[in-house]
Amino acid sequence: MAPESIAAAGPAGSSPWRLALRRLRRNRVALAFLGLFFLIVVFVLAAPLWADNVAETGPNDTHTLEKIAVDGEKRDVVDPTGQPIGPVWFGADGKFFLGADGRLGRDEMVRLMYGGRNSLLIGIASALITTFFATLLGLLAGYYRGWTDTVIARAMDVLWAFPVLLLAIALGLVLAVGGLQIGPIHLSGGSIWIPILIIGFVSVPYMARPVRGEVLALREKEFVEAAVAQGAGSLRVMFGELLPNLWSMIIVFFTLNIAANMLLESALSFLGVGVQPPNASWGTMIATGYTLITTAPLLTIIPGTMILLTVLALNVFGDGLRDALDPKSKVRFEAHSGLSTPEGSETIEGVAP
Amino acid sequence: MGRFILRRLVGMVAVLFAVSVLTFVIFNVIPNSDPAQRMAGKNATPELVASITEEWGFDDSLPQQYLTMMRKVFTGELISYSTRENVNERIVEGIPATFSLCIGAAAIWMFFGILFGYLSAVRAGGWLDRGLTVLAVTGISMPVFWLAAIFLNYLTYKTEIFPSGGYVELTENPLEWASHLILPWVTLAILYAGFYSRVLRSSMLDVMNEDYVRTARAKGLSERRVMSRHVMRNSLIPIVTLFGLDFGALLGGAILIEGIFGLEGVGQYAFEALSNVDLPPIMAVVLFGAFFVVVFNTLVDIAYAYLDPRIRLGTSAQ
Repeated sequence: MAPESIAAAGPAGSSPWRLALRRLRRNRVALAFLGLFFLIVVFVLAAPLWADNVAETGPNDTHTLEKIAVDGEKRDVVDPTGQPIGPVWFGADGKFFLGADGRLGRDEMVRLMYGGRNSLLIGIASALITTFFATLLGLLAGYYRGWTDTVIARAMDVLWAFPVLLLAIALGLVLAVGGLQIGPIHLSGGSIWIPILIIGFVSVPYMARPVRGEVLALREKEFVEAAVAQGAGSLRVMFGELLPNLWSMIIVFFTLNIAANMLLESALSFLGVGVQPPNASWGTMIATGYTLITTAPLLTIIPGTMILLTVLALNVFGDGLRDALDPKSKVRFEAHSGLSTPEGSETIEGVAP
Repeated sequence: MGRFILRRLVGMVAVLFAVSVLTFVIFNVIPNSDPAQRMAGKNATPELVASITEEWGFDDSLPQQYLTMMRKVFTGELISYSTRENVNERIVEGIPATFSLCIGAAAIWMFFGILFGYLSAVRAGGWLDRGLTVLAVTGISMPVFWLAAIFLNYLTYKTEIFPSGGYVELTENPLEWASHLILPWVTLAILYAGFYSRVLRSSMLDVMNEDYVRTARAKGLSERRVMSRHVMRNSLIPIVTLFGLDFGALLGGAILIEGIFGLEGVGQYAFEALSNVDLPPIMAVVLFGAFFVVVFNTLVDIAYAYLDPRIRLGTSAQ
């Protein structure tokens, strides 16, 4: 209890993390949007509950030729002209709550929940991949400098110059056709891990650069010199001394990266090179809905609104996190080989339209 | 200075070379993608496939094929595998639409991004700032193709306020040109204006706390002069950087926007080629896009020197 009471007495004895948490707790807007994000997570996690108990159908089950009783009246799930039934809310005890998704007559609500799982999974998993490799490459380049730095920085330059959406589409097409073989692991073309790996890969330079810049600045500090004087080896300095000082930056990047990656996933899926049918994601649902936009605009509006809310929640919370962790956060510059980038630019990288 | 420029030029060529090799490699590891097989069609005889393979040089070694392709890119003889059209001609045809889209959108987003960012920073913490922040963050959180789809449905299909799809040449009819481009411009601009206003706001707030701004105020300079000469000039640096990257990347193909609005620019051509797994146009468009990214990065560096006297003095002192 003793340290707690000292911390409560004032900032004098508080760790930076505790101070950050306190600042975050005061930021009501950021907390509200974190709450919204959790609501969305609960919504998609509840997918099997809704599918089994309320809608009584799976996300990929088709009901093209079926009829359902809406408020006692028999109606086609898909009428003879191919128009799917609109939202019936609780008219059929929760079945086709948001209507059907198109000619195939799948339950839009069930797909929205399962699709959200895929969209969030892709966003989070690819952000983990990006964060891991960007941190590792940034540490190596910034710590060793010299030719290690040159090789890594040049590789990043090449990826950077590649129009990001074109690169992601090209990889998506190639891998969706043939799948991917990494050693003993084989991913088939329809695997959800393919968009995860692609998005994780193409986002690396946008994060590795600022991390490298930070490492370059940190390694000149006295505490690194002190560690070296005590006999710490390279690994110890990188992971024991430098990495802990990068955490706050990494956490902020990770949060904002999930948001950017979800947008990229939606774009790839919309173009047909992300999540493969019959699996749903919010992006593929917009693609399906868009073919019927003039007659059933809700099929486009609803999944897009889900993306908007999720990304908005992550962006607002990420900004709040940044303010809490680094109250004096500045837009720093990393001038290197002419390509310079402000640290604030991570917010929407990867949404090249 | 001459050596500096020379080094940058060599660096640009090296990056473009690496980008082209990467593209070539990606499209040569695709399984079942033998272009001869695709060109011969579904029920092709082995003899036909063999003759196409020989005629188009698909049996050459990969480095040889790469060199042939790159030579054709630069001599303008590149032919698409799927449509058999001249690739360079198609790209040149797409340039007016793509450039009109990008330049128009950029003008709108720079104007509103800077205006909103400035107002937010000057009124930081107030209601105007909060309102503009909500707008900006919402703008950057939307899938851009989704916003485009919604605009199209409600402003074109339902109400016919704006004409649907297509691109009209500026020289043909300037009014039609603009009316076809307004929706694509606005859609793109909403995304970028939100982002730029956020970046400008935070960079202005940083600069406004600098000692030299306090000094400028202490000297008795007017607020207008402090803002224009001392604050804005330095706050615009991150905007210039971003603009270089974004504008370069957009010129390489606003794939989604061009596709949805049917603008038939370079981006739409790129997507067509991608769906046909048609390597020659993909290679050409990727190089075209990467070229602008690299060129704009170099221009950004020059703009830096102009906006930040420290950089300029630093180089001249050497």
